[in-house]
Amino acid sequence: MARRDNPPRGTTFKEPNTAELPRNEAPPELLRELVAHLRQNRTHLREEWLRRISETRLLTAMTKEEIFAEATSVYDSYVEVLETGTFEALTSYARNLSERIIPRGVETHEVIGIVLLLRDVLARSLFAKYQADSEKLNRILDAYEPAANRIANTVAVGFVQERERVIRQQQEAIRELSTPVLQVRERLLILPIIGVIDPQRARQLTEQLLRGIRTNRAKVVVIDITGVAAMDVTVANHLVQTVEASRLLGATVIVTGLSPEIAQTLVTIGVDLGKMNTVGDLQGGIEQAERLLGYKVVPSSEPR
Amino acid sequence: MEVPILKQGEFLIATIQAALSDADLEQLRMALVQRVVRYRSRAVIVDVTAMDVMDSFASRTLREIALMIRLRGAETVIVGIQPEVAFAMVQLGLTLEGVGTALDLEEGLAYLNQKFKTVN
Repeated sequence: MARRDNPPRGTTFKEPNTAELPRNEAPPELLRELVAHLRQNRTHLREEWLRRISETRLLTAMTKEEIFAEATSVYDSYVEVLETGTFEALTSYARNLSERIIPRGVETHEVIGIVLLLRDVLARSLFAKYQADSEKLNRILDAYEPAANRIANTVAVGFVQERERVIRQQQEAIRELSTPVLQVRERLLILPIIGVIDPQRARQLTEQLLRGIRTNRAKVVVIDITGVAAMDVTVANHLVQTVEASRLLGATVIVTGLSPEIAQTLVTIGVDLGKMNTVGDLQGGIEQAERLLGYKVVPSSEPR
Repeated sequence: MEVPILKQGEFLIATIQAALSDADLEQLRMALVQRVVRYRSRAVIVDVTAMDVMDSFASRTLREIALMIRLRGAETVIVGIQPEVAFAMVQLGLTLEGVGTALDLEEGLAYLNQKFKTVN
């Protein structure tokens, strides 16, 4: 490949796809020199980097000591990548770091910002060192830049991926939590609804309920909305539709736990709740459901 | 396709087995309304389990059947509406008001037996 003999700067290296960069394309002695320089000036460069970080007000969610500790590890793995050309360690470190700092509220721009700052700080130190010999400076930068860019890329991608993973996980958890359809007696289902109902969730709720009615052969369903703070026209209408659809499947719906606020809203906006069978609380709802199903709950004669 | 209507004791059972054309639905309506008096039936069960689409005409016809049968002195129960169909119907505002419904044929029979037992 033509790349073997040190291609002119600025053309070959600007490829957006960094995954294909061949390792060790710079002469090894140049890389060794570069790494040695970064190792020698570790304390000074790290200080400079930290100064720039606090100057630009990045990572405000973390304490100075934490930033120092993380910066040290980032610096060392940075140099290590330059030396070995392997990214596995950095990738796993980036993932690990993201796992730790995402819950702290660190933003994407901050993570990318600090890595770019480190890149700049190191590049500046190279400029300073090889000022006199511009030919050598060029060759050093040839070795340094692609690796540095790829490091920035790796860290950013790792961070974003981790973030997406967390979001996906949370969405899944919410989806699973949000709609339990529970059988409390033969032919009696309870659907407790907690939290905010948006149209998508309302739809999913209805689907699960109708399917639950079919599979459990339910005759009565108690929908408890004690945990619902507010309800708008769309959701109220959806609730009415759910009640009607359940009836088409031969099940009676009892709605319980309407708060005074929701009751007032519904009356004010004029949603027709005439078709809905409502009871004050969940207990009353279950009792009425039992009556409808012909159950009679009698306390055993000797309470223990 | 003509819908078969079976006599089962005091009830008539019409089982829809495929998608019906409008003409088929009209034919079903006439057949049920005539036979309910001819057989002195007390109730009619229409089983729609096989229908995976219910348009407004079908829905309206079912409701009309139920109301006509009431005028002829009997009761109607629609059984076997699929969950998806039920929700689609409700969204279109087709709620079969005033018509009895049950989960499936077995439930419909149980509902009617219960009802006529307590009446007598």
